[in-house]
Amino acid sequence: MKLADLTRTAGEWLRGAGPMHDVVISSRIRLARNLAGMPFLTQCAPDQLRDLEQRLRERVLAAGIAPEVLYVDIDAASELDRQLLVERHLISRQHAGASHPRGVAVTGDETTAIMVNEEDHLRIQVLRSGLDLAEAVEEINRIDDRLEDCLDYAFHSRYGYITACPTNVGTGLRVSVMLHLPALKMTGEIEKAFRAASDMRLAIRGLYGEGTEASGDFFQVSNQTTLGKTEEQIVSEFLHELVPHFIEYERQARASLLARRSVAIDDKAQRSVALLRAARLIGSEEAMYLLSLLRLGVNLHRVDDVDTKTVNELFLLAQPAHLQRLLNRELSPQQRDEARAALLRQRLGAD
Amino acid sequence: MKQECDKCGKPATVHLTEIVDGQKTEKHLCEDCAAEEGITVKASLPISQLLEDFILQSAGRDESQELACEVCGLTYAEFRERGVLGCPNDYDAFAPALGPMIERAQGGASQHIGKVPRGAASTQKKHNAILRLRSELHSAVAAEDYERAAALRDRIKEMEQS
Repeated sequence: MKLADLTRTAGEWLRGAGPMHDVVISSRIRLARNLAGMPFLTQCAPDQLRDLEQRLRERVLAAGIAPEVLYVDIDAASELDRQLLVERHLISRQHAGASHPRGVAVTGDETTAIMVNEEDHLRIQVLRSGLDLAEAVEEINRIDDRLEDCLDYAFHSRYGYITACPTNVGTGLRVSVMLHLPALKMTGEIEKAFRAASDMRLAIRGLYGEGTEASGDFFQVSNQTTLGKTEEQIVSEFLHELVPHFIEYERQARASLLARRSVAIDDKAQRSVALLRAARLIGSEEAMYLLSLLRLGVNLHRVDDVDTKTVNELFLLAQPAHLQRLLNRELSPQQRDEARAALLRQRLGAD
Repeated sequence: MKQECDKCGKPATVHLTEIVDGQKTEKHLCEDCAAEEGITVKASLPISQLLEDFILQSAGRDESQELACEVCGLTYAEFRERGVLGCPNDYDAFAPALGPMIERAQGGASQHIGKVPRGAASTQKKHNAILRLRSELHSAVAAEDYERAAALRDRIKEMEQS
């Protein structure tokens, strides 16, 4: 398996239409783990960083976590490949931009990615389509057990799995759910939802996680506390209490928009499809904006010749690194706008 | 009560009533004269400064800045600058300052009750299993599920004795 194989489609977790997919794009769980008897990365000497990367690469590949595992040496990877992995949510922006020995192991179906030498020695993440945390936590637990068989994790009687940043101690577990909330944005109730989220001790971020602005209609909601609760408690709170609130708010807002302004909704959705099928040059931001409205139209059954899967996939493929990989050459921003417009027309059946 | 200072005639701000052996005497003094008599201490520091000093003292901030880890060499001041720790031992080396900070960041929690590596000592596992049962007991009581609470209580007792 090669990195280039990843480009043609979106990962299963994004393509699929999991539970509650009208509002929840994807679910992600990550575990932070460090080796016992080793300094954290910022206190490592250069040769220690190299040793760590080699050792962890070997162990992760030998652990047999999936039938097919691809390891990418991020330090040696091209700028384009790094960007590609960020766009696919397989590595963080920080991991792409660092400058020390580091890598990522990705399973064939892209539902699991293990970052080596990110902020912690290991960052294990499992992705699922829609709201599917129960299965995700089971899977990540299985992988963690596999790795633990051949690695000695740093563990503290009081603070549990210890991490480079004290905000991750305890379980080292972060749940993130990607939400599509266009109706709350339109009705101006999104601020209210955010305030409720901060009361629930949740962090809200943009599409690409930490350090990215919550703009557009996509929001990533994640837990801020990792200590004093079991893994199951954290996940179950998310699954049964927190996320349902957001889904309910958004669905109510959609219903009220449909009841009061169905023509306006149809107008927005139909104009979006028309523009996406007609544009010859289209920037990344405009494409995202129109795709978001189209997604809403599809979910409300106001647009019936496009499916959610196609829209989800386009969010990914219309991004800069993906466009360049698809065409197999470097593109200037203007060439990208042209390539993006062509891709959208083709996938939305205009040509 | 508007009065002049008994000693210098400036407006009096300190009024003192003393009863000694049934004899009542009243004193009216300005701030300066009262300080001279040793009755009040002139408050030259603004209240915010006093508060800050108090908080710094009780938080032991000056000392914590000098905490250093003998394993990785990181100091607490360096940690505060970077936001990341140097090695697992820092959690013990910086405990006096880091403990309260973690508790604040973690919504008051200060003890892990989740998963334990299979390799970790079995006592640690037992310890955490008991903590977990206690937390379940707490929610059972809160939910008024007394049957479950009683069962949990028995299991905790059993584990503690084993």
